[in-house]
Amino acid sequence: MKIVVAMRQLADLVEELEVNADGTDIDRDFVKFVSNEWDEAALEEALCHKDDGDAEITVVALDEPDVDQTLYTALAKGADRAVKLTGHDPEGWIRTGDRAAILASWLERDDFDLVLTGVQAADDLDGQLAGVLAERLGVRHAAVVVGFHDADSAVQVEQELGGGTVAVSSLELPAVLGIQAARQTPRYASITRIRQAQQTQTIQEVEISAGGSLGGTVRKISPPKKRGGAEMLEGSASEVAERIAELIRSKGLARS
Amino acid sequence: MAISVLVLSERIAGEHPEATFELLGKGSKLAKQLGGELAVAVAGTDYPVQELGGADVILELAGLEAGAYAAPIWEAGVAAAIAASSPRVVLMSTGTVGLDLGGSLATRFGGQLASYVIDLDVDGEEILATAQLYGGKMLAEVALDSFICFATVIPGSFPADDGRSTGSPRVERIEVGEKPKAVAMAIREPETGGVDITAAPMLVSVGRGIGSSDNLELVQELADALKVPLSASRPVIDSGWLPKPHQVGKSGKKVKPSIYLSFGISGAPEHLEGMRNAEMIIACNTDPGAPIFEVAHFGTTVDLFDLVPELTERFGG
Ligand SMILES: Cc1cc2nc3c(=O)[nH]c(=O)nc-3n(C[C@H](O)[C@H](O)[C@H](O)COP(=O)(O)OP(=O)(O)OC[C@H]3O[C@@H](n4cnc5c(N)ncnc54)[C@H](O)[C@@H]3O)c2cc1C
Ligand SMILES: Nc1ncnc2c1ncn2[C@@H]1O[C@H](COP(=O)(O)O)[C@@H](O)[C@H]1O
Repeated sequence: MKIVVAMRQLADLVEELEVNADGTDIDRDFVKFVSNEWDEAALEEALCHKDDGDAEITVVALDEPDVDQTLYTALAKGADRAVKLTGHDPEGWIRTGDRAAILASWLERDDFDLVLTGVQAADDLDGQLAGVLAERLGVRHAAVVVGFHDADSAVQVEQELGGGTVAVSSLELPAVLGIQAARQTPRYASITRIRQAQQTQTIQEVEISAGGSLGGTVRKISPPKKRGGAEMLEGSASEVAERIAELIRSKGLARS
Repeated sequence: MAISVLVLSERIAGEHPEATFELLGKGSKLAKQLGGELAVAVAGTDYPVQELGGADVILELAGLEAGAYAAPIWEAGVAAAIAASSPRVVLMSTGTVGLDLGGSLATRFGGQLASYVIDLDVDGEEILATAQLYGGKMLAEVALDSFICFATVIPGSFPADDGRSTGSPRVERIEVGEKPKAVAMAIREPETGGVDITAAPMLVSVGRGIGSSDNLELVQELADALKVPLSASRPVIDSGWLPKPHQVGKSGKKVKPSIYLSFGISGAPEHLEGMRNAEMIIACNTDPGAPIFEVAHFGTTVDLFDLVPELTERFGG
């Protein structure tokens, strides 16, 4: 089975995010970019299928800050081929519609059975990639996928609905799946393996010119105004613990 | 009168989900502002009709069997409903069905889409959406001006009571001509048994901030001292550190304890969906900008590794 894993870079949510000068995007100048965590799950699930002996994996990403690191890491983990799509502004906010148009334009020339991507990315203002991409390609899709297996010309997909309930369906290939979780925690690639990949493998670059806005006009971006918000408990760990202990006792939930 | 707002009920089996009523309540206000009717699309023909009194019209998606689900089949059904009713606004939730269909239908109909929406309004010719980005760390105000607009709304954004009213909507049957290349096979319910975190008066809840499974012992000791169960955010469950019945959130359990003590949880919208109604939320997170502090009643930025042992000690652990 030919699996394409579409990966992307995203501002690290652990860092403090600031708004840019015109107030319509985050300030990207000092942001640390990391690979989208759900894309990592998609890659891991693809690698598990390869370990089981039936997958050839291409990772593809749009040019974005530090994307080479993500692509080489994927190669080090066992992906067979890495492709970087260029021809857009790599520094800006690439909206889902444009991302899907660029990927679709490339995928139309490539051969694939399945495209895997993360179920979501934290800046998906105009929708999640899987459905948009599938519609552009005219193929089947499913989101919130927690497992799939190959069944001849179809793929049997498990989608999580809520509270642990799972819907099982069969989709004729090709298809695009938004992966929620892999069967195991994403594997680790050592620095040595990544260096080795950098020295022995190449990232194929393909220039694409395509676009397809789906989003409206962003008037403003801002951190949420504290609506009441939490009363912050100040002091040492011991002082804060004492306050919390009082709160717990005040609800009659513990004695000592 | 023309239909101006279409709400999708994401009911696959059983009851209409809570989110349907939240969307009906908001949808009804938007429909008034837009001067048209409110329609609700439902799968199949065997559904509780009387609960949908908040809508003016029910669009029955014929051929969508209850009890199983496949995205392409639902997409064909909802697309037929949209084609038949030409709404200005289509509302879904950010549940699995909405995540499946929001982007694909917007693309199919050439409309604009706003995702992770928490508020909606009409401003002249535009639909204004407020959306959460970056796990709740940012809010975006987006103006949609396409002839058909789509929004996927985070559950809990609007009161469900507004959408629960009695009425007698007329029923229209939507035939689905398209034959999607997919089969809806089964719905698998989770195994029952083990801990029931929804019944506990207090929960000690732990997130990715705990770092590794080895550290879990630390919070387990606190939970034991308090004689309450340990619950967790999704990454802790996905890593296999705790079993699935311990998960709080969108794809886990909805909990409402008297006290929810959270350690190292950022407060992503999908987590908040499961615990925002707890009576008292006390959150520990070293990041003062963590969205969990938006819903918490009390918060601290003390490191959980310093705080948890201090707490355990106070409860005789
Ligand atoms: C369809 C769908 C369904 C989902 N369902 C769920 C669900 O049911 N439940 C759920 O939880 N998530 C769910 N998610 C995932 C959700 O989007 C988030 O990824 C998840 O909630 C993040 O978990 P977290 O807060 O533990 O981790 P993170 O977001 O990584 O946060 C860890 C936090 O720990 C803090 N921290 C780090 N070290 C310390 C320390 N020493 N002391 C104190 N604080 C520290 C950090 O500041 C950070 O804020 C779902 C996502 C999707 C797409
Ligand atoms: N037991 C179930 N059977 C069928 N559908 C379900 C079940 N539980 C949840 N769902 C659906 O799953 C979707 C997502 O649920 P939630 O993530 O809790 O908002 C909703 O549309 C629910 O209708």
